[in-house]
Amino acid sequence: MTLLEFARGPALQVSVLIMIAGIFWRLAGILLLRRRPQLAAPRISPIGQIGGGLSTIMSRFVPRRTFWPRIAVSVVLSAVFHFGLAIILLAGAPHILLIHQLTGFTWPNLPKGLIVIVSGMTLAALIALLIRRVGHPVLRLLSTTDDYLSWLLVFLPVLTGILLSGEALAEYGTLLALHILSVELMMIWLPFGKLMHSALVFAGRGVMGANFARKGAAT
Amino acid sequence: MDDSENLGEMLARRGFGRRSLLKFAIAMTSSLALPPFIAQVMAANLAKAKRRSVVWLSFQECTGCLETLLRSSSPTIDSLIFDFISLDYQETLMAASGAAAERTLRDAVAANKGEYLLAIDGSIPVKDGGVYSLTGGRSNVSMLAEIAADAKAVLAIGTCAAYGGIPKAHPNPTGAVGVEDLVSGKPIVNIPGCPPVPEVLSGVLVHFISFGRLPDLDELKRPLAYFGTTIHDQCYRRPFYDQGKFAKSFDDEGARQGWCLFELGCKGPTTHNACASLKWNGGTSFPIESGHGCIGCSEPDFWDAGGFYTSLAGGSGTGWRNAGIAAAVGLAGGAAVALSARRKVDTDPDKTP
Repeated sequence: MTLLEFARGPALQVSVLIMIAGIFWRLAGILLLRRRPQLAAPRISPIGQIGGGLSTIMSRFVPRRTFWPRIAVSVVLSAVFHFGLAIILLAGAPHILLIHQLTGFTWPNLPKGLIVIVSGMTLAALIALLIRRVGHPVLRLLSTTDDYLSWLLVFLPVLTGILLSGEALAEYGTLLALHILSVELMMIWLPFGKLMHSALVFAGRGVMGANFARKGAAT
Repeated sequence: MDDSENLGEMLARRGFGRRSLLKFAIAMTSSLALPPFIAQVMAANLAKAKRRSVVWLSFQECTGCLETLLRSSSPTIDSLIFDFISLDYQETLMAASGAAAERTLRDAVAANKGEYLLAIDGSIPVKDGGVYSLTGGRSNVSMLAEIAADAKAVLAIGTCAAYGGIPKAHPNPTGAVGVEDLVSGKPIVNIPGCPPVPEVLSGVLVHFISFGRLPDLDELKRPLAYFGTTIHDQCYRRPFYDQGKFAKSFDDEGARQGWCLFELGCKGPTTHNACASLKWNGGTSFPIESGHGCIGCSEPDFWDAGGFYTSLAGGSGTGWRNAGIAAAVGLAGGAAVALSARRKVDTDPDKTP
């Protein structure tokens, strides 16, 4: 079995299963968290609470103006790499093809050249964010192994993806195998570290927003 | 043909002058990726070359490789090179059969001991003592061991001989293997393909006849000049790949426009061969040019390397059933751990909220 066959076969199957099991493991844990009873009367109807949740999901995309000067750099860099990752994953032809083969769903792709440019911007943003994390004294103190490991496991697929698209440094088959394996490592780690926010971010914002609305706070 | 006649004399007798041989040598040096000045040396060596004995053993095979080589374009000097080798034993082509054929093999090996080229097509079954393929009551394994021992070099022709090929495909009921799994201590060149490109064999033969040694090989013992790049690297549809223009089915607008066949399962990016440059049927076309993706037939274990119509970007997914089981296991495990943690908190007065 070649490295590529391993990556496309057993490694893909095992990593997907671990990711699915891990995500549901985390979801079960979160859903079964003991919650304090809400004794105060709600300030708003249940429909209003849902509205508050939806409003918070959107409002958190834009930082408060008060904090903007301090966080502008990290917000912009984070936005570049998050939207970059989304474009690469959802508009890159090979990724759409993989999703089509796994689920049956498909949609049109963007040209490869555009995906490469977005990948380059994403990679640059990731590197800049790492430099900022290491260089900022407070951020460095707050950073854990999870932060660096998660960064690495996002960085590697983007890097190997760019090398693959340019077929640089190694043969296509080797680069493809390394790219797939790097994604599989990311999928395996996803449920167990901060990358889980990719599955929880909107639900988390929604629940928080609904609670805020119930208490009459701004969403 | 008189055995004392050299190649130059034979070509002259058939109407090919010195200039034709030089042109051929220039084409061959280019094809073999040799420096241009080698062409003159090659032409001189070829002109002086004597007939080289070739013993061809067919093992677990379909005869497709031999058919291809016999039907290569003609009449060119390439085809005359095939005339020039002394094919002393080839079961399908020779008139003799039975005991007479076996005697021919013994005589050829004895007369050219240490100097003959051994060509093999087909894989070698080793399971159960090699009983799944016998010639004259002898297993392929024992024939290969005996004949390879006195050969100058071994040519594994076709993917079956090189890597086991289709007979080796899962579940490999006969325990098929390629030549290099059984032969050691001899120069081996693999010329894979199902079937192999005929011009590659003529290139290897010309190199061997001219310089007395095999051409440079890659890590899979394939002639580097022909297998150094992938089909994808030389494919005329490559610009469409770079532009992200893919045919989605064999009869859609993309297919009619000649767009890249990557999404339809083309294995060109991971397949090393000369199809895209040398082409087939006298340079007419190659599979991708005829509208079908490359199936990667010159790579080891190509038959088991995913479906022919599954793209390289895809993989063998887990299936919805397995995904459901994984979700259920995760849900049950997470719930058990969470409930256990709640119980601990409930029984610990310091941690009760």
